[in-house]
Amino acid sequence: MSAALLDLGAGAIGAAVREGRATAASVLDAALERLRAVHEGETDLHAVLHAATQGLESEPLTAGPLAGVPVAVKDNFCTRGLPTGCGSKILQGWMSPYEATAVRKLREAGAVIVAKTNMDEFAMGSSTENSAYGPSRNPHDRTRAPGGSSGGSAVAVAAGIAPIGLGSETGGSVRQPASFCGVVGVKPTYGRVSRFGLVAFASSLDCVAPFGRTVDDAAFATEVISGHDPHDATSSDRPVPSMRVGPGPLAGLVVGVPTEYFPDSLDPAVRAHCERAIAALKAQGATVREVSLPHTALAIPVYYIIAPAEASANLARFDGARYGLRVAAPGVQEMFAATRATGFGPEVTRRILLGTYVLSAGYYDAYYRKAQEVRALITADFARVFASGVHALFTPTTPTPAFKLGAITDPYEMYLSDIFTVTANLAGIPGLSLPIGRVQGLPVGGQILASHFDEPTMFRVAYALEEALGVEAHR
Amino acid sequence: MAVTPDDVRHVAQLARLAIPESELGAYVAQLNSILGHMEVLQQVPSAGLAQAAEEARDGMRTRPDQPGAVRLEVTREQNAPQMRDGFFLVPRLATHEDIGEES
Amino acid sequence: MSAASWEMVVGLEVHVQLKTRTKAFCGCSADFGDAPNRNTCPVCLALPGALPVLNEHAVVLAVRAASALECTVHERSVFARKNYFYPDLPKGYQISQADRPLATGGRVVLADGTRLGITRIHMEEDAGKSIHDRYPGMTAIDLNRSGVPLIEIVGEPEIRSSVQAGAYLRALREVLLYCGVSDVSMEEGSLRVDANVSARPHGEKTFRSRTEIKNLNSFSNVERALELEFARHLRTYEAGGTIAQQTMLFDGAKQEVRPARSKEGSHDYRYFPEPDLPPLVLTRAWIEEQRLALPELPAARRARWIKEFAISVTDAEVLSAAREVGDYFEVAAAASKDGKAAANWVMGEVLAALKESSQPIERFEVEPARLASLIGLVKEGLLSSSAAKTVFQSMRTHAIEPRAIAERDGLLQVGDDSALEEWIAEVWAERPDEAARFAAGEKKLQGVLVGFVMKKSRGRADPKKVNQLLAARTTG
Repeated sequence: MSAALLDLGAGAIGAAVREGRATAASVLDAALERLRAVHEGETDLHAVLHAATQGLESEPLTAGPLAGVPVAVKDNFCTRGLPTGCGSKILQGWMSPYEATAVRKLREAGAVIVAKTNMDEFAMGSSTENSAYGPSRNPHDRTRAPGGSSGGSAVAVAAGIAPIGLGSETGGSVRQPASFCGVVGVKPTYGRVSRFGLVAFASSLDCVAPFGRTVDDAAFATEVISGHDPHDATSSDRPVPSMRVGPGPLAGLVVGVPTEYFPDSLDPAVRAHCERAIAALKAQGATVREVSLPHTALAIPVYYIIAPAEASANLARFDGARYGLRVAAPGVQEMFAATRATGFGPEVTRRILLGTYVLSAGYYDAYYRKAQEVRALITADFARVFASGVHALFTPTTPTPAFKLGAITDPYEMYLSDIFTVTANLAGIPGLSLPIGRVQGLPVGGQILASHFDEPTMFRVAYALEEALGVEAHR
Repeated sequence: MAVTPDDVRHVAQLARLAIPESELGAYVAQLNSILGHMEVLQQVPSAGLAQAAEEARDGMRTRPDQPGAVRLEVTREQNAPQMRDGFFLVPRLATHEDIGEES
Repeated sequence: MSAASWEMVVGLEVHVQLKTRTKAFCGCSADFGDAPNRNTCPVCLALPGALPVLNEHAVVLAVRAASALECTVHERSVFARKNYFYPDLPKGYQISQADRPLATGGRVVLADGTRLGITRIHMEEDAGKSIHDRYPGMTAIDLNRSGVPLIEIVGEPEIRSSVQAGAYLRALREVLLYCGVSDVSMEEGSLRVDANVSARPHGEKTFRSRTEIKNLNSFSNVERALELEFARHLRTYEAGGTIAQQTMLFDGAKQEVRPARSKEGSHDYRYFPEPDLPPLVLTRAWIEEQRLALPELPAARRARWIKEFAISVTDAEVLSAAREVGDYFEVAAAASKDGKAAANWVMGEVLAALKESSQPIERFEVEPARLASLIGLVKEGLLSSSAAKTVFQSMRTHAIEPRAIAERDGLLQVGDDSALEEWIAEVWAERPDEAARFAAGEKKLQGVLVGFVMKKSRGRADPKKVNQLLAARTTG
């Protein structure tokens, strides 16, 4: 019975546990059983790095909106009881002495952390291939990438281990794997959710970002983790509106379709599914309007200056002095250099070098300052469109469906898989990816973007689109 | 603005990354390739925009001067590579001075 | 060229610990004297995922200091990361301020009225402590101090002598003490000084290359190190050499300045705006409120005292050195309406008594109002100055009015002619020789005879009256 329950939404699980029709322990057992099933032999998806121990959560959970709901948490959130390693050797086995605010809020709502999930090392990547522990597999095709960097949580949700996953975004690390795995991924407005306890990659871009098997699960998770946190000076004190707005007609709503997100190079099947989705939006009563975000093409260069620059400082604390890996060397500075060279993988090393370079004397103005200026142009593009009466934007989430593992070897080509998602991180606006169809069995994701702190409008469009396209678009 | 092997050595030193000489060439090539894609930014007129954006940002919220540190549920010792008498121990600084740098 | 034809050019960078209860960016106690690493948390240990949140009281204290030093406090300032690796810098960067500091353009007013410029004041956090000599081959790290709030006060290179550098530091310390922003103790490390020094021939308009001296742990060491380093610059120039811009260390034990052995010749701190902290935004009105809440500062106070109480510049300096001593003086001077006498009493008996009992003046048993009454008794001629000192000592243990003590102990001065004549007559009887010579016109004996009378009266005779009466007994 609990196995079937697991396939229902978070709301239904919570209700069943609160009403005594199921226990949190039995739901956890079912989740762990499914976890084992997708980590065995030829079907191993390698989504999970650390699983909860059965019966560990001994306190009987009978209350809270997410009572007994299993949640799969990305390995870069500080959690109690399970290691926090960021998919890196440098933090292997580290037990966080404190808990991330988002994780605490989920647990306080009754949720059960079922696993810590695989990720690109320090969230740097778009495929989980940069994990020090090997890549996760796309549940729709084991030879393909699940996307990244939050690939493990996306897979865990897609494979039915948990209805809700916790991921993080810096340039699209939840929306892109959501698109590849056929689940819903939400990047809230920057500042909506506390980053306290999320291991930093690029602080001005990082967002706590949940996955849901459905729009409702994703909205539920977003609502629970949102709100001001005195431990994060960048978290907003705006009141948190209800995210679970439910499906309904879109009359009076203007949805913009930015031409720059439909380049000639766009995969024709992806384009076709987007057109079908746009037609569905119109059928629901939305006015669809073509708009322009002229600086879109500059987003990737801007992102790959700002993110590595911030990362180069954020990752300086991994020096072997107080926690994590230490590689012995005669002097302390030599110990730092040996530890970091051994502990970080090649992509992290590359980005630290890049970030250090763009901040170094003589290059700051040409790279970092310039990137911040162009970032302001990208932000202004969105502000202008939203000020012109457009309530939300619709775009493809990624240029292609899931690519083959090992297919992309050039770092910059890999960076381009974030091309449609990275803009929302640079501008700080909310974005969501939901499944809008399939191409040869592989899910295709559509993206909805909204204005700062207007998640309710974003979810309104998502609920309507999910209902219009039907469940067959899912999974 | 091509990146040279010396640039990478310098940056690796700043970032405390002991990169073997054998891997240096690959990083030089990759950094040049990536930075090549950034050149497009130089064509964009944007002077003063970051400043304007900064001026528009809301100010930070501060916290009252009240004790209330986040409690550590795992001891410092459990995670530290080496501790003694409550101190974190690291190899001695090669350039350490007997006077002075105790700061 | 002789040494006299060279000019010393000095700019000081002063770090001051702000007196907050908790650290700059977390709720840990700012008391770093505790057991090693006890006052640390995810934020100041730089654990993964931890974030800084600024202590508002640190802002209040920094703005107070900046206002007192006549800086322009900016409505927007921006924190930045200063990146470098050191074992006691757990994040691998220090949160500081770079392009957009809290305040710019102030001044330090020396005791002699000289005004020396301040370039900027910015907020930052302290690092932890590295202890190199405790465990063989290892450095021990204590992060209790990591994250304690500091301001850095960067001075203009306007100081022209080592003595002036000392005066600058004393004036600066005095102002900061008055505003209550810091303990400002070099011994305890709450005030730290780095000195930039260069030399140039008098008349030369441009600056020559400078060296930075670190590890200065007292004001006198600052002066000493500047002299030594200035002399080295001179020797180098006179031998035809050049000075390389570098960091020097002062060795107090050996009294020498030598190059730091740090192998990183070129620091590249890669400053960039701290993304974890939005800009610090203050309103003009709030900044003004902080300025108006400042106490009267020592320079203004001294000027007022000199005018109001007619005391000397030197006395004003001594009395204003500590704010509480000044407060005491002020009450005593106003109540006694005799600033000069109050100044002498405070600088003399009061400070000596405090030193002896090592207690703060706020808790001194002789309240300033009672001291004023004592001064009044002397002025009215009711107490001799020596008797007043006796009464003062008694006042320390007896919480009663000085007049009551003087009466009780029979110390009130006797000015009554008949009583005085009686004592004089006794002296005349006991010292006939001196009396006769005096009467015959040997006037230099008057002092001796007054002394005899005073002795006979056990100090109670009014010496002025005694003199008058004696003068009447001599001829010519």
